[in-house]
Amino acid sequence: MESFWELTARELSDKLRRGECSAVEVARACLDRIAAEDATVRAFLSVEPDWALSQAEEVDRRRRAGESLGPLAGVPVAVKDNLCVQGRVTSCASRMLAHFRSPYDATVVDRLLKAGAIIVGKTNLDEFAMGGSTETSAFQFTRNPWDVERIPGGSSGGAAACVAARMVPLSVGSDTGGSIRQPAALCGISGLKPTYGRVSRFGLVAFASSLDQIGPLAQSAEDCALLLEVLAGHDPRDATSLDRPVPRYASELEGAIKGLRIGWVPEHFTEGLDGEVGEAVREALRIYEDLGAELVEVASPHARYAVAAYYIIAPSEASSNLARYDGVHYGYRTDEKAMLADLEEERRLLRESGDEAALEEIDSALVRLYRRSRAGGFGAEVKRRIMLGTYALSAGYYDAYYLKALKVRRLIRQDYDRAFSQVDVIAGPVTPSPAFRLGEKTSDPLAMYLFDLYTVGANLAGLPAMAIPCGFSREGLPIGLHLQAPALEEVRLLRAAHALQRNTDWHRRRPGSHIAARSELRG
Amino acid sequence: MAISEQEIRKVALLARLELTPEEARLMATQLSRVLEYMELLNSVDTQGVEPLALAVEVTNVLREDRVTPGLDRESALANAPHRDDECYRVPAVLGET
Repeated sequence: MESFWELTARELSDKLRRGECSAVEVARACLDRIAAEDATVRAFLSVEPDWALSQAEEVDRRRRAGESLGPLAGVPVAVKDNLCVQGRVTSCASRMLAHFRSPYDATVVDRLLKAGAIIVGKTNLDEFAMGGSTETSAFQFTRNPWDVERIPGGSSGGAAACVAARMVPLSVGSDTGGSIRQPAALCGISGLKPTYGRVSRFGLVAFASSLDQIGPLAQSAEDCALLLEVLAGHDPRDATSLDRPVPRYASELEGAIKGLRIGWVPEHFTEGLDGEVGEAVREALRIYEDLGAELVEVASPHARYAVAAYYIIAPSEASSNLARYDGVHYGYRTDEKAMLADLEEERRLLRESGDEAALEEIDSALVRLYRRSRAGGFGAEVKRRIMLGTYALSAGYYDAYYLKALKVRRLIRQDYDRAFSQVDVIAGPVTPSPAFRLGEKTSDPLAMYLFDLYTVGANLAGLPAMAIPCGFSREGLPIGLHLQAPALEEVRLLRAAHALQRNTDWHRRRPGSHIAARSELRG
Repeated sequence: MAISEQEIRKVALLARLELTPEEARLMATQLSRVLEYMELLNSVDTQGVEPLALAVEVTNVLREDRVTPGLDRESALANAPHRDDECYRVPAVLGET
C-alpha cells in the first residue's frame, strides 16, 4: 500500500472523501513524516501536533455526522510564518517577532480552515521574506531536500522544501519578487504567484504592499489549482482585493495546447544563464511545440532594468511598512535601563568635553529606544533594505531613485502588454542557475539580488506567473520552467502547466529520504 | 553612486536604526555597490512616462459608514513589551535634560 505522504493533495482528498482513510490517520502520518524528515531539512519553524490532530478529529466527526465538508477536508497544509494564525506565533523568521502572537487569522488561514484543511505548522523564510535563500532567517537554515548542502531558495524556502521532501502535500507561501516561484523551481515542485489582488493580503505581514501576493506551492499544477481555488476571492478587509468571480481552477485544467501561442524572450537565454538550465527550458518549449503550441519570439526591451527598479521600489515600500516595529506596540524591545544608562553616559561625556552642538543633537530617550530596539530586532538584510529604501525616499533622492523606478515599472508593464497582444503565455527560465550552496552568496547582496532577474517582472506588472519542474542538472538538482500570463489568466497558466505535467514526469520525481542523511550528519 | 559613512549615519537616523561603526562601514560599501548598479536606470528614457505605483489600477471603494467592532484593547495590548492596564509604556519624553 502506498504511504499517505506519497500522495498528492487530490489523491488524498479523494481517498478521504471515499472513506478509505480518516483525517486523523492522515494527520498522524504527516506528523510522523515531518518528525523523520525535518530534523535534517528544517523547513518548519513550528509544528502543531495537538492542534493538527484536533482539527483532523473535527473533520472526521463531521464526516461521520454526514455534514458537508470543504474541498480540502482532512488535507494537511503548511503555512509560511509571515501569515497570521490567531493565538499562535507569527515570527517572520525575525527576532523582532519571535514572541508575537497574532490577534487574528489571515484571510487565507480563515479560508483554509473553512475548507477543512489541516494546518500542521508554519514554515521558515528569509527574515520578513527579504532574501532568496532562506539564509536570512534569524532562527535556522533550511536545506534543499535534493542536496542538503544547498539552499532551498527563498523567501518561501521552508514552504517549498516541506513539499519537496513530501512532508505535506500543500503549502502556502508569499511572492514579492519571486519568493514562491524561485524556491519551487530550486526544490523541484510547482508554485504559483497569482495576479495582484486575486488573493487577499489581510493578515500577511507586509513587506512591499504593491508587490506582495499569496499563492500555492504543491507537487503539481493540479494541486496548485485545488489550493488556489480555496485561497482566491474578494475580501473587504484588503482594499486592493479584486472583486471578480473565482474560476473553478481545478475543473478547468484540461484543454488542448494546440494553437497556444507561447512567447519566449531571446534575452532570457543569453548572458548569465546556466547552460543546463537553458537546455532544460528549451526542451520544455520543444515539448509544447510537439503538443501543437506555436513558439513566438517576443521582445522585452526593459526586462534588463527590472532588478534595478525592483530593488528601489521593494525596499522603499519595506522601509515604510517596517516603520511600525518600534519596540513599543509589539515585538522586540531593547533593555530600557541599559539604554537609558548608556544615553546618560554619552550626555555626560559630551558635557565634559563641552561639545554643545553634539549635545543638542543627541537622540531623545524615545528615539534611542526605537533605534536600539530596531537594531536588536532586525537582521542584516532587513537593515540593508530599510536603509536602501529610506535613502531612495529621502529628500533630494526621491525623484532620481523612487520616481524613476516607478516610471521604469510602467515601461516594463507596457512591454508585457505588447507581448501579450502577440502571445498567450510567456515561457522561460525561473532562475539563472540551479540551487547554489549555503553561504555562497551571503557576503554579496547584489549577487543575491541579481538572482531574481527573471521573476521580479511579474510582480512589478502584477501578473500571474508559475514555476514548474522541467528537468534536472547533471548534479541532480531541479530546474524550473517559468510561465507568465496576462492579469487574471491563472486558468491559462494552470492549463499550460498541467499539459506539460501530463506529458513529462519531472514533477513526480522526489528526493531521497533524509533519515539516513541525518544519522550521517550525527556520525 | 558612492554613499559616504556620514550619509549612512544620517539615513540611519531617518530609518530609526542604530548602527555600530563597523556596521556603518559595511553598509556604506554594500549600498554603494547596489546604488552603482541602479545607475543602469539612468540609461532609460522616461520622458513623459507616468509613474506606476500599483500594477493593477484599482478604483476607490466605498463602504457604508457603519460602526463595527475592531480589535479590543486587551488584544491590542497583549503583545506589548511594556504596558500598564490600558496603555503602552515608553520612556519619559518630557523633562529630558
